[in-house]
Amino acid sequence: MKAVCWFGKTDVRVESVPDPKIINPHDAIVRVTLTAICGSDLHLYDGYIPTMMKGDILGHEFMGEIVEVGAEVKNLKVGDRVIVPFPICCGRCWFCKNDQWSLCDNTNPNAWMVEALYGFGGAALYGYSHMYGGYAGGQAEYVRVPFADINPVKIPDGLPDEKVLFLTDIFPTGYFAADNCDIKPGDVVAVWGCGPVGLFAMKSAWMLGASRVIAIDRVPERMRLAREACNAEVVDFEEVDDVYDVLKEMTGGRGPDCCIDAVGMEAHGHTADALYDRVKQVMRIEFDRAHVLRQALHCCRKGGTVSIPGVYGGFIDKIPFGAAFGKGLTLKMGQAHVQKYVHHLLARIERDEIDPSFLITHRVRLDDAPAMYRTFRDKQDDCIKVVMRP
Amino acid sequence: MQSAQILSPPSSQNVNSRERWLSVVVGSAVAAYGLSRRSIAGITLAGVGAGLVWRGASGFCAVYDALGLTTAAESDHDTSNVSVPYGRGVRVEQTVTIGLPPEEIYTFFRNFENLPRFMSHLKSVTVLDDRRSHWTTKGPAGSDAEWDAVIINEIPNELIGWRSVDGSQVDNAGSVHFKANPADRGTDVKVILRYDPPAGLLGAMTAKIFGEDPAHQVKEDLRALKMLLETGEIATTKGQPNGVPHRARLRERLAEVMR
Repeated sequence: MKAVCWFGKTDVRVESVPDPKIINPHDAIVRVTLTAICGSDLHLYDGYIPTMMKGDILGHEFMGEIVEVGAEVKNLKVGDRVIVPFPICCGRCWFCKNDQWSLCDNTNPNAWMVEALYGFGGAALYGYSHMYGGYAGGQAEYVRVPFADINPVKIPDGLPDEKVLFLTDIFPTGYFAADNCDIKPGDVVAVWGCGPVGLFAMKSAWMLGASRVIAIDRVPERMRLAREACNAEVVDFEEVDDVYDVLKEMTGGRGPDCCIDAVGMEAHGHTADALYDRVKQVMRIEFDRAHVLRQALHCCRKGGTVSIPGVYGGFIDKIPFGAAFGKGLTLKMGQAHVQKYVHHLLARIERDEIDPSFLITHRVRLDDAPAMYRTFRDKQDDCIKVVMRP
Repeated sequence: MQSAQILSPPSSQNVNSRERWLSVVVGSAVAAYGLSRRSIAGITLAGVGAGLVWRGASGFCAVYDALGLTTAAESDHDTSNVSVPYGRGVRVEQTVTIGLPPEEIYTFFRNFENLPRFMSHLKSVTVLDDRRSHWTTKGPAGSDAEWDAVIINEIPNELIGWRSVDGSQVDNAGSVHFKANPADRGTDVKVILRYDPPAGLLGAMTAKIFGEDPAHQVKEDLRALKMLLETGEIATTKGQPNGVPHRARLRERLAEVMR
């Protein structure tokens, strides 16, 4: 079959590889009908995630049709249409039972690698480095899905692929970010980053009762979507002197109640700390650039919540922890517990309350993946979301 | 969790016979290689090799002495009724939480023929009678070892203790303890192993350098036990496709390790 493989920094190729097969009794094989490139795939593309190996198959946003099931998969049959959440979860451990799916104990065969870095490790992910399990990803014609009795969600006929594909990651991730804010009536939610997760966080903030949504970015096409599709008030951080002053003025001097960092480890900025991060990251003495996180901690109102769906991998410094402490902030973060939200969000799509396909800008074939990674990374051609058909 | 410890009382001859032979063989090879290099580094290496040869010949290791270690002890005339006398060998202790009541885990573990299903270095265990069983392992660098074990202590649903019988290839003893946690937190399963490595402590250290650290092995085995009991399978990616043939990936991995 054809698959998008990682070969090194900014080197992805479409290769011919053997078809996947059932390995464990709870496995299924899915024939992929639609897959996407995620913003977090760009961290792999740019070489910021350790423990990648040449030939690894990428992709954690995919859906398709069941073509084979293992002996212990009783709830799915060949021909079922499914979306597959990006965290691989067992559904039986303490974390899964407590709705903390992305912290699953039992799916990562390389958990010791994460433990060495983080103390304890969570769920394995598709196509996202060996420390996250080393599972082959879904930017391919076929993919092996472990614990298929738990993870895939059946999609009713009549809903097109493009409307449901983003239930695999970015829609639940945005919703998780907003849910983490514990939004109360009257709350102002500020979202840094108008990429796909940021846009879904804005939509979700409205669903959860926000009274105002403010978006911060600098890319014109993305700011347009935030304004027009997500009903957000938009701040272009390159056009203002200080984001803090602007947000403070917009909120009557209080600051936003909830601040969402939907940017993560490759933040851009034009202040001194952003330059400092860039230099350290280039010199490999700091993994992550944390400009947005610092700004969010600084801007958030007293007693507010900073929610972080943006991915961080390693160490960051110059974090204004005094601000977080002094203002009594709540910090919430992590990989989204997709399985906790996915059925609720599918129901919203079925009721036509949201059509997640609004942010697709590029529809291409799997063969175009190498060029599309570059286009997406460089935000050229107004690229916001790429979907690929094998 | 606690990693492997090497314990020993002081002694004048502190290297056992198997390890002394290993020391001589490895030392000679290192010395020969060092001399063939005809450089300062080569001469230094030759010196290290010569030291190992002397260590093997004399049975005294200055490093063990400085660290208070020994592998010699009474290994050839062991009269005690424990397999690995206190203060000797390698000790490993690891704990994992499993989301099942102690009875179920105890029952699974008590049938020793289940052990190879999650212990990657065990080839097979054959139960001989209610207390005795025969164990076969894959040792470091492909060397197999086997022994008979006997259960020496047992409290149903709480603990199982066993040791190898006298004259085993690998003297070892182990116990597993089951402790129920409050609420829905499952059972703490603690394994304590003590063994006398076949190639001595030098062998144990060499194995550690090549990634066969016993503490890591026990930890991974317990993780596999948890996966097997909680989900019915052990997570793996062995056998899945990728864009580079397996052999080339191994070569790359090796090159990374050597770098």
